[in-house]
Amino acid sequence: MTDTMPAGDRKPIAPPVDETGPLGWARKNLFSSWGNGITTVVLIAFVVWVLSWFLEWALFTANFTATTGAECRGGGACWALIREKFRYIFFGSFPYEQHWRPLFAIIAMLAMLVLSADRRMWNWRLLVIWGLGSFVTFLLMFGQLHIPLSLILVVALVAGGIGLALRSGLATSSERMAYYALVGIGAVGLVLRIAGVLPKWSIAIAPLSYVETSLWGGLPVTLILATYGLAFAFPYGILLALGRRSNLPLIKGLCVGFIELIRGVPLISLLIMASVMLPLFLPSGTTIDKFLRAQVAVILFAGAYIAEVIRGGLQSLPKGQFEAADAMGLNYPQKTLLIILPQALRVVIPPLINTFIGFFKDTSLVLIIGIFDFLNTANQALVDPNWAGFPGEVYLFAAFVYFIFCYSMSRYSKYLEFELNKGTRR
Amino acid sequence: MAVEALGSTPRAKVAPWNDPVIRGWVFQIVVVGAVGFLAWYLVSNTIDNLQRQKIASGFHFLGREAGFEIGDTMIEYSPASTYARAIWVGILNTLRVAVLGILLSTLLGTLIGVGRLSPNWLLNRICGWYVEAFRNVPLLLWLFLFYKLISEAFPGPRQALSLWNSVFLSNRGVYFPVPLADPIHKWMGIAFLVGIAAAWFVNRWGRKRQEATGQPFPGISAGLAIIIGLPALVWLAGGAPHHMSWPELKGFNFTGGTVIQPEFTALLIGLVLYTSAFVAEIVRSGILALHKGQSEAAAALGLSRGQSMRLVLLPQALRVIVPPMTSQYLNITKNSSLAIAIGYPDLVASINVTINQTGQAIENILIIMAAYLSVSLSISAFMNWYNKSIALRER
Repeated sequence: MTDTMPAGDRKPIAPPVDETGPLGWARKNLFSSWGNGITTVVLIAFVVWVLSWFLEWALFTANFTATTGAECRGGGACWALIREKFRYIFFGSFPYEQHWRPLFAIIAMLAMLVLSADRRMWNWRLLVIWGLGSFVTFLLMFGQLHIPLSLILVVALVAGGIGLALRSGLATSSERMAYYALVGIGAVGLVLRIAGVLPKWSIAIAPLSYVETSLWGGLPVTLILATYGLAFAFPYGILLALGRRSNLPLIKGLCVGFIELIRGVPLISLLIMASVMLPLFLPSGTTIDKFLRAQVAVILFAGAYIAEVIRGGLQSLPKGQFEAADAMGLNYPQKTLLIILPQALRVVIPPLINTFIGFFKDTSLVLIIGIFDFLNTANQALVDPNWAGFPGEVYLFAAFVYFIFCYSMSRYSKYLEFELNKGTRR
Repeated sequence: MAVEALGSTPRAKVAPWNDPVIRGWVFQIVVVGAVGFLAWYLVSNTIDNLQRQKIASGFHFLGREAGFEIGDTMIEYSPASTYARAIWVGILNTLRVAVLGILLSTLLGTLIGVGRLSPNWLLNRICGWYVEAFRNVPLLLWLFLFYKLISEAFPGPRQALSLWNSVFLSNRGVYFPVPLADPIHKWMGIAFLVGIAAAWFVNRWGRKRQEATGQPFPGISAGLAIIIGLPALVWLAGGAPHHMSWPELKGFNFTGGTVIQPEFTALLIGLVLYTSAFVAEIVRSGILALHKGQSEAAAALGLSRGQSMRLVLLPQALRVIVPPMTSQYLNITKNSSLAIAIGYPDLVASINVTINQTGQAIENILIIMAAYLSVSLSISAFMNWYNKSIALRER
């Protein structure tokens, strides 16, 4: 190519000022047309008006230091109320001098959730993290744990059964014998325990004073209800989804009936049912903890919704995957756990997190049956006659805490969606 | 031939415990047996407990006197009415808030969803903040906040804010004048329904004519004219009765006119603001799912942004939007049960009082489930019909 211009004159011409920089940006995004310009001006006026009113109330005339509600009156926001009540809002009626326990329980659960969010942990490590995290959380909250013999026997039975099914055709004879031994010990032990031959024996770990669930309150309650609601509802939802896709008519009918029934009624009616009907269902004389009742209702409810999300993942798998697994001679547990679920769950992790956000918010409904979750303790903080009349401050504060949790989870779900689709995106 | 040969291949002989069909049935019988046993165990315990606590069973309680007050009723009700009546009041209240909630949140959600796609950066951001703020905080918290704000921030009836001395805002609700009852109102109602049917037929005729001749027909304005015009004509024909019942301050509260209760207002505002955030996301993703060529082609045809949205983009986006929207509508209906927390007398609230008074939990829970299931199923049936009617007609 021949260059006709002398080298000294080849200065690049700057683009017009109104096309680049802040001015160009504003022209393009705020004032691209008459209508747009007017909208922008009106909206700016609106935002300035709202912000100036809000800042005036929440910051400039706010009271941060008052010691009684009467001192707060007449000014702006009374943040002193939050200062006065935040320990009650966060920890409820947990014994005051023991508040470090729920605090560390919250930290343990958050650590557990944050670690589970890391994709490098998505293997056997997840089991270890959840086992340890749950142990620490409940030890701190209860102060004493009694692990009954029957629970150990059930774990042995289930572990042996899973081992047998998954390693069928792969395990050496000694490995197989170990699984058979686990199943045998578990089954025989349980039968003996039910028959009353084995005593009601348990391992006691009691380093701290016992705190019963009726004293629990605030953020740990919300976190436990949501986290363990999901942790138990997840395997249960997988079973329901597999049952719904099964070609065995009776199983399919049971699962479809359960899922549709639960999804058709509001959570409140399930909670009311759990609080008034569970006691009727059990043999007279047995009492069941109120907190546990709510947890059971949340698990049943969450299971039905999770099942529908997972069904979406199962349906998105091409039929060839099922056929290939059959052709390899894998049995049903192997096919499901090694071929189908790893692929199906991968697709539905982002919608599952969105479901989890929904449950996190829905746990607030337990206040209707009298459990002191985070929203309920915030509500109770308003009852104090000394500090009556500042609902806005307390609710905004609670909303802010909920927002932090839900918003960070929704960002994580967005990020995962992006990460998991890297392989298929161009 | 080949197919027949394949079909008639004799099944390989396998031991019965390895035969998948037999295995399947054994497994099913075991599971159904276990579930049946659990059900039998629970039911027999329940019967035991009921007998021990001397709680009656059956639905006879429905005919007895309810004896409790309901603050907000759409039909005649007094504590002397039956339980059945009380529950019916609750169902009507649930339906009222659900229907209004569905209409308003669809409207607001669509506006916000379209706003999130606006080329105007500021409008786009404000709609985005709105969505994030409302969908990341529990609905119950919003309900408490709105309810407390209405009942504590608004003045009492004596200092009520008034608009033209006819509409009064106070912590007892919004009072406004209504026309005095008149026999003509019934006929106006019938005329309104006839107007809706007529508008539908006129629109169908207009669409057919446009397909045949290409002449457009102003469907929306003609339809509105018929729907509003017919009742207005009936009103004029009936002598144009214009006496109103005005709200007046008597003693500590207002009499006359009609009132929107604060509980209802808080519930409706909360439901609409919360659900519209989800609706906005559905509408936005529905429009984004369309190929970019659609909006470019609409622009190339010379349609304005509003026209291309109304005539080209939204009708196609509806196909993506309707299924998730159905589940949002079901959510509104189910979420309206949170009313119990702020004291709006919906179905769950009525049932809850009934359970506490009669102790008959099972029957009442059955009523709740039957009521919500039938409402949910009718909404799904309607939306499925609508979804079919807008689906892409392929040859």
